[in-house]
Amino acid sequence: MAAALNSALRDCLRTDDRVLVLGEDIGKLGGVFRITEKLQEEFGSERVFDTPLAESGILGVSLGLALYGYRPVCEIQFDGFVYPAFNQIVSHVAKHRYRSRGRAGVPLVVRIPFAGGIGAAEHHSESPETYFAHTAGLKVVVPSSPLDAYDLLTQAIQDPDPVIFFEPKSRYWSKESGDLGKGSLPIGKARVVRRGDACTLITYGAMVTRCLETAAAAQEDGVEVEVVDLRSLVPFDLETVSASVQKTKRAVVVHEAPLTLGFGAEVVAQVSEEVFSVLEAPIVRVTGYDTPYPPAKVEQYYVPSVDRILGAIERVLTY
Amino acid sequence: MAPMAQQPLRLLDPSGRLDEEAASGLDLKDQDLVELYRLMMLVRRADLEATALQRQGELAVYPPLLGQEAAQVGSAFALEPDDFIFPSYRELGAAVVRGIDLIDYLSFYRGTWHGGTYDPLEEKFGMVSVPIASQILHAVGYGLGAKLDGSTSVSLAYFGDGATSEGDFHEGCNFAAVFQVPVVLFCQNNGWAISVPLSKQTIAPIYRKAEAYGIEGVQVDGNDVLAVYLATKQAVDRARATSRPTLIEAVTYRRGPHSTADDAGRYQSKEEIAHWEALDPIDRLGSFLRIKELLSEEVVSEISSASDELAAHMRGGVVGADPPDTADLFRWVFEEKTPHLLRQEREMLEEIQGSDG
Repeated sequence: MAAALNSALRDCLRTDDRVLVLGEDIGKLGGVFRITEKLQEEFGSERVFDTPLAESGILGVSLGLALYGYRPVCEIQFDGFVYPAFNQIVSHVAKHRYRSRGRAGVPLVVRIPFAGGIGAAEHHSESPETYFAHTAGLKVVVPSSPLDAYDLLTQAIQDPDPVIFFEPKSRYWSKESGDLGKGSLPIGKARVVRRGDACTLITYGAMVTRCLETAAAAQEDGVEVEVVDLRSLVPFDLETVSASVQKTKRAVVVHEAPLTLGFGAEVVAQVSEEVFSVLEAPIVRVTGYDTPYPPAKVEQYYVPSVDRILGAIERVLTY
Repeated sequence: MAPMAQQPLRLLDPSGRLDEEAASGLDLKDQDLVELYRLMMLVRRADLEATALQRQGELAVYPPLLGQEAAQVGSAFALEPDDFIFPSYRELGAAVVRGIDLIDYLSFYRGTWHGGTYDPLEEKFGMVSVPIASQILHAVGYGLGAKLDGSTSVSLAYFGDGATSEGDFHEGCNFAAVFQVPVVLFCQNNGWAISVPLSKQTIAPIYRKAEAYGIEGVQVDGNDVLAVYLATKQAVDRARATSRPTLIEAVTYRRGPHSTADDAGRYQSKEEIAHWEALDPIDRLGSFLRIKELLSEEVVSEISSASDELAAHMRGGVVGADPPDTADLFRWVFEEKTPHLLRQEREMLEEIQGSDG
């Protein structure tokens, strides 16, 4: 996935002069995850540049660049470091099109490596997507596979509105064969990544892989589970999700972010309202707990596991 | 860095006498001097009219700028039309200089639309920005964009003394320095952040903070419109020619409340107000123009009728102005409405129709 993201950035820098890439350590180093590797070498330090270590500054300056006519793609080094930029994102980036009555939208992308499962130190494993999904005016996108990461990042950079782009860092090293740029699913559309009729697993990011593993395990017990990869939280593809649940009549939502008011709460609310009459069981959630993200040595108890998801599937099947 | 020049920069003393030596770099013609006076008079009248409109319930709130006319007019006057201004929320004076229709400007304060209803890109005047110091970074980003594009435009951010306590001020100064951005960071030090005096904001002179970032810092008498103009013009010229940023501290005083919802009598003393009234920026330039015999009766009467016209225009446009179209609530969240928003909009419109019927 890291290479696919790198290719997306390279291709966008090549095809659109307005695209700029900025952030901490993204120049010579190529980013701490090497997503911007060799981009500065190819496009020069006027288009790909390191910034001072100041996240609010990165966002505020990116807004100014977008207002001038550029298309900044900025990197926040880790999930837990986006909070200093929160004011700029919520008070200005998200509202700029609205406040200017459509005259001055600020097309920019904020790339954030997010979520856990890689044994990282504190502040390096968080899932803050709900804060942004809760804020009107932001699109919130989460790829789960290399090919889709390429498509979604390319679309995000071309999008006229600001996009918060969460990269599941535990999937950076994932591989997938196929040609880049052949996908056609736009931002705002979910994808059914495995067909089944017993239950729908609704998820995104690194948990898509976890849910596919779970579905394979369930199949061994004769249970065919459908898996829907949301891809984008805002806009949320209620249609695809509802169609799946309409068919399976049971659903489990899976994410790493904490339970309370996590994106799963919104999924459950919207889907229940849409397909309540066909549901055979309440929709349940398997998520991180309402604790701070725990230390690496015990994170495996926090991040939804195959067993926890299987347990939830059993609950909805036997309700 | 070069040693700091004597601060604050002042060209006119309170009685309106010009320091010829300090003014040697001034490039203003007689008609410009009169125009500065005219603009300050218009701004004062517009400011008082806006306060009156608020008192009559036509504006939800208004933050008066009484006493800060020179700081705003002198600085905005030093800019070219292509230079981008990033205001905070007390910059009606700069808006007047930029030629923005004040009805559009005041629509922010009437509660008609959050960003005002002027076109920020067309006017090169950013939307009213309330989160303190946040607009400084936008000016730095815009200036960086101009530099990367090889344009000669510069940007200017307005902010107050309170803003210098915010992180965005420091990040803005630092980004401007590191990237050598053609930007002017213009602080109107009016002595107060609502009720908190400057001494509780910082104990170091604001303009000297520039030194720590490696940029030029200038302190100017903010009630001397010629000094403000000169300092800004020099900063703008430097930015245009060399891309170097400047922090300007204009020392002035807010002779009114923070906003019409505030009671400044609780923290500002009568003596202090009287002190600053004696340093009034408009009287000061007026005295100078009289010494130079530039304020003819004809000019005074033209300014007076232009002020009346502006006030009448504001009143006519603001009083009874229609609220925005209800469909505007959903119109510009994204370029294209999402299905989710379309559904919510439909619900709202049905509700409105239901209650109308």
